[in-house]
Amino acid sequence: MDTDDHDITVSVNGVRYKRRVESRMLLSDFLRHDLALAGTHVGCEHGVCGACTVLLDGQPVRSCLMLAVQAETHEISTIEGLTDKDGAYHPLQQAMHDHHGLQCGYCTPGILMTMTAFLEENLSPSEDEVREALSGNLCRCTGYQNIVDAVMAAAQRMRG
Amino acid sequence: MSTRTFGEPIKRNEDRRLLTGQALFIDDVELPGLLHVAFLRSQVAHAKIRKIDVSKARQRPGVVAAYVAEDLGDYWKPGPLLVPPPPIAGIVFNQRTQVPLARDKVRHVGEPLAIIIAESRYIAEDALDDIDVELEQLPAVVDLERGLRAGSALVHDDVGSNVSAHVRQTKGNYAAAAAKADCIIKRRFRYEHGISSPIETRGVVAQWDARANQMTIWDTTQAPVFVRNGLAAMLGLNERNVRVIAPFVGGGFGPKIMMFYPEEVLLPWVSMKLNRPVKWIEDRLEHFFATTHERGQIHDAEIALSRDGKILGIKDVFLHDGGAYDPYGLTVPINSQCTLLGPYVVPNYDSTFTQVFTNLTLVTPYRGAGRQHGVFVMERLLDFAAHELKIDRAEIRRRNLIPADAFPYKNEIIYQDFQPLEYDSGNYEPVLDMALEAIGYKTFKEQQAAARAQGRHLGLGLACYVEGTGIGPYEGAKVQVQSNGKVSIATGIGTQGQGHFTVFAQIAADQLGVAVTDIDVVTGDTDQFYWGAGTFASRGAVVAGNAVNEASKVVRKKALKLASDLFECSEEDLVLEDGKVSIVGIPEKFVRLGDLANQANPMRGAVQPGTEPGLESTQYFGPPMGATANGVHAMVIEVDPRTFDLKVLKYVVVHDCGTVINPMILAGQIHGGVAQGIGNAFYEKLAFDDQGQLLNASLADYLLPTALEVPRMELGHTVTPSPLNPMGIKGAGEAGAIPVGPMFAQAIEDALDLKERGVELLEIPLSPSRVFELTRKSGQ
Amino acid sequence: MKPAPFKYIAAASLEHALSLKAEYGDDAKFLAGGQSLMPTMNFRLAQPAILIDLNRIESLGGIRPGDAGGARIGALTRYRNLERDAGFARMFPLIAEALPHIAHPQIRNRGTIGGNLSHADPASELPAIMLALGARFHIQTTKQTRSVEAPDFFLGALTTDLQPDEMLVEVELPLSKPRTGSCFMEVARRRGDFAIVGIAVMMTLGNQDECTHIRLTFCGVGETPIDASSAADHLIGSAPTEKAICDVAASVQAMIDPGGSVHATADYQRHVAGVLTERALQTAFQRARDGH
Ligand SMILES: Cc1cc2nc3c(=O)[nH]c(=O)nc-3n(C[C@H](O)[C@H](O)[C@H](O)COP(=O)(O)OP(=O)(O)OC[C@H]3O[C@@H](n4cnc5c(N)ncnc54)[C@H](O)[C@@H]3O)c2cc1C
Ligand code: FES
Ligand code: FES
Repeated sequence: MDTDDHDITVSVNGVRYKRRVESRMLLSDFLRHDLALAGTHVGCEHGVCGACTVLLDGQPVRSCLMLAVQAETHEISTIEGLTDKDGAYHPLQQAMHDHHGLQCGYCTPGILMTMTAFLEENLSPSEDEVREALSGNLCRCTGYQNIVDAVMAAAQRMRG
Repeated sequence: MSTRTFGEPIKRNEDRRLLTGQALFIDDVELPGLLHVAFLRSQVAHAKIRKIDVSKARQRPGVVAAYVAEDLGDYWKPGPLLVPPPPIAGIVFNQRTQVPLARDKVRHVGEPLAIIIAESRYIAEDALDDIDVELEQLPAVVDLERGLRAGSALVHDDVGSNVSAHVRQTKGNYAAAAAKADCIIKRRFRYEHGISSPIETRGVVAQWDARANQMTIWDTTQAPVFVRNGLAAMLGLNERNVRVIAPFVGGGFGPKIMMFYPEEVLLPWVSMKLNRPVKWIEDRLEHFFATTHERGQIHDAEIALSRDGKILGIKDVFLHDGGAYDPYGLTVPINSQCTLLGPYVVPNYDSTFTQVFTNLTLVTPYRGAGRQHGVFVMERLLDFAAHELKIDRAEIRRRNLIPADAFPYKNEIIYQDFQPLEYDSGNYEPVLDMALEAIGYKTFKEQQAAARAQGRHLGLGLACYVEGTGIGPYEGAKVQVQSNGKVSIATGIGTQGQGHFTVFAQIAADQLGVAVTDIDVVTGDTDQFYWGAGTFASRGAVVAGNAVNEASKVVRKKALKLASDLFECSEEDLVLEDGKVSIVGIPEKFVRLGDLANQANPMRGAVQPGTEPGLESTQYFGPPMGATANGVHAMVIEVDPRTFDLKVLKYVVVHDCGTVINPMILAGQIHGGVAQGIGNAFYEKLAFDDQGQLLNASLADYLLPTALEVPRMELGHTVTPSPLNPMGIKGAGEAGAIPVGPMFAQAIEDALDLKERGVELLEIPLSPSRVFELTRKSGQ
Repeated sequence: MKPAPFKYIAAASLEHALSLKAEYGDDAKFLAGGQSLMPTMNFRLAQPAILIDLNRIESLGGIRPGDAGGARIGALTRYRNLERDAGFARMFPLIAEALPHIAHPQIRNRGTIGGNLSHADPASELPAIMLALGARFHIQTTKQTRSVEAPDFFLGALTTDLQPDEMLVEVELPLSKPRTGSCFMEVARRRGDFAIVGIAVMMTLGNQDECTHIRLTFCGVGETPIDASSAADHLIGSAPTEKAICDVAASVQAMIDPGGSVHATADYQRHVAGVLTERALQTAFQRARDGH
């Protein structure tokens, strides 16, 4: 079967991009290589590792299991948009730094996108809830403990 | 030095880029005109190659080139031997190293047969379907014992057998010791270690610049300097014309130090040939076959003891799965052989191993690097001995620990660094005591009984280990004060998340009186630092860290000397802090380090003979031998007695890795190691069929532990500095992962009364299904 | 791991999607949540020539009341929508109990009920649950609509009764009777993995706590979801005793024929199916009796 191209308009971190993409272009590749937003990482391309997690209209999804054409008219958020305009950390970024929640940092963007969305919905999570929410993101370096601590600390800080 | 940062939980310098998505990883390298590579890989484990025809693939629109082995001409060569066999009498070693593209025969699933270069990875993968391949399948060597039998298929026909290596090492006289023993316990153990599976796979980008006569290679390697030297030689270039950059690397754990992977060898060649930059990013499926594994050993081991539980000797004969080629020499099985001895006095030891060629992916070190296998054997032998002799399992360990006054302790056999195995320092008993205290050993029996009364099955596991770390040969570091007063450090090692950017900065910060955040560390760029070995064997912090320390000391001296000339006072009257040198008691009389650096590089005037320009120093450090860390892990689990599923309720690690540079980073290393140990013990299994096909080559079926499988860990530590380096540090990179297997076996037996039921867990990995099967077999 | 080329068409409406499918048949695949289809395409195990994206068809998603009570779930309803609907969870506690076992939050944000059922993975939780609940599947082409009962929908591993021009558009769940207790349990290697063995039970009690109706289904132990209700026939008419429940477990073990996998032997699966039968029947009985 021949391939085909599509003109799409996608909004990423509030910026609108118009691009022409091949049907089969994965959203992860599109973000990373077409838009040069390489902070979104790719670890498996079959939906398991979670490194590629981005927000689709505010909800965490695997960008390796979506086509770029499917993002048309949707709002995508990636790690590059997580700090505020002045570059100040999101409370979870700060907590990850404070609690040593990252080592090689490869899984980190996916974890930040997943868990910031989680905190939007649950500001008083139990440790078990945090672990449950984190279970779709593999980290091979940290053993998760410091990530869990960071999320708990960020929740506390965000509760004020 | 006012505020010492050494020993403090200083937050990491490298975090900001990683937390904001700005760190450069291999696949983030974008170059104009970049081409993309895919490999045709063998689908079968063992076959004669009849035909590989890429002509149709070359015709596909978007494909730029396609090559098979014959196209490489003289460039086609087996890779170098990375670690030659150590000087052990009677050693047998058959060197057969991997090739860039298979030519006559394929020897494992995933071995590359052809390379496609295209405008995108998508098109390159499309073109793989165009290649016409004819393979004549041969029986595969998968089982170690069958592989050694006469008549077995041969991985390398010219070797005449599947023996890759054979080594015997002895200490004392085991047979004599056994003759006097009150108790001899003999078992067969199987220990399988899996794959490191970092979340970032491997990748290589090569850019040949014909005008500059310069090759630049970005590589997810743990050893950039060796890669540069090797590739320069292969490509016929001067080393100065090759630059290897290991950018941020998303986890390594061992296999990223293997070299030369076929992809590493081919990409630069292709780039030169096409005069275009090329990129290959390993996908997860490739990773399961193309990146090295660790895998398994079968041990027939026996321990001889006196009635009071003292070890008289150990005899062990084991087989080690080496995979299809053996470029890494004997590192893994020698580690098993040496680490088996553990923290114990073993007066007599007789250990023989055979490394076997199999039609499976190559075996090279993965975090622990064979240490797990040895520790499993020793700890299980002690468990069975304790049971047999009716001695408490903690007590039998205690009775055999090397006493504190026996260091340095000589074990009389040769270690992976070719030095006689000698433990530099240690104080083992307090570590055991702390672990027992933390896990609640004294009261556990009651706790267990109380739980059992409610139908809950709790079990406790306990294991001791030593870890040879920080081996040579050497590393270097360049410490340089910039004219803005900030400090730059460059070393030759690669870094994969170990926090080197921070611990090296801490070391320099204390010497130079500057803030950790004002120190920029560069690792893994051969143009920034020319020499070095690499990050492996828990050595980065120890060896390169000491080099940073030495270089910083020289820079400090230089700064003080310059300032003393400037102020015309003695060096003793000067303090170095907050980025400036000032006179004691007269803080307003100061000169900034940056200004000193400028003055050390004058535009005019004469420099005194013998002085070097700049405020910088390059120093090297090579330890005489490795430092030995030690530790004890303990855990309590709850097992569902019917489904055999389990949950870790409490996990304790107490360890001693000498002086600690940054306890926060150290804790992270331990946490991550334990998580990998848990994966190894209970979740991760490479399932091969008898034709060498991996049946679970996806992250959906190769089970890495998630946040729900890894428990909270409590850490404790003691400090016995190493006498082998001025800072007293030992490595800690592998400690977390090493003793987890035997603990799982022990704790499950404990929880389910398996010993009483005549069931012994003699293998790793375990799983609920496997434990069920073993209990069934024994008729329970 | 990049998908092979294909032509992508975002269907604007149900009719559009059906007419495309009528035109292209087996060459085309519907793209719903993509959480099963995309991984198989990335592995190049599936190479459809045409992909018909259903995600723009809003009418395909959502839950509405069924004709005789119960509910109708649109094929494009995502796990997430069910998870967050408290009313739905009260009505179908069996589904609510199973959802956390299905993959992870990110997957549940995308994956759809229709996609799951059409994919028909025998280790998936939902097909077994559909059997236990007595679901009816509404299927449509450009020309006609039809409906089938759950047991007739699942024909084999990854195989359903759907014809090349058909789409699963809605799943209809009947309301359960009063005094019904449900229970879902599974053993998987890690939370979120497909089941090694999963069990769904619906048990209805009469006034004397006698069992009047029982459904007992499994995932992971065969080529399709398995309805093992007949193993529990003898529970009908009296309050289940421990002994009776053990007998059911033994019958289940005799009845199923699991295939084993890299994660578990067939023996283990059979054994665990028995264990879970006992546990799930106990729990369902208690829930039915205690009214939740
Ligand atoms: C990491 C991971 C873990 C997972 N774990 C589990 C688990 O534990 N349990 C579990 O059940 N699932 C699991 N899944 C699979 C997940 O539940 C899928 O979402 C689901 O199986 C498919 O739904 P989908 O909407 O994503 O369908 P798609 O992937 O879009 O489609 C699946 C198939 O159904 C067809 N299709 C889709 N919609 C229709 C329709 N309306 N009519 C006809 N055909 C249609 C498609 O053409 C395709 O062939 C997991 C997935 C991942 C990636
Ligand atoms: S890359 Fe998408 S989940 Fe792993
Ligand atoms: S920090 Fe390395 S994978 Fe998570």
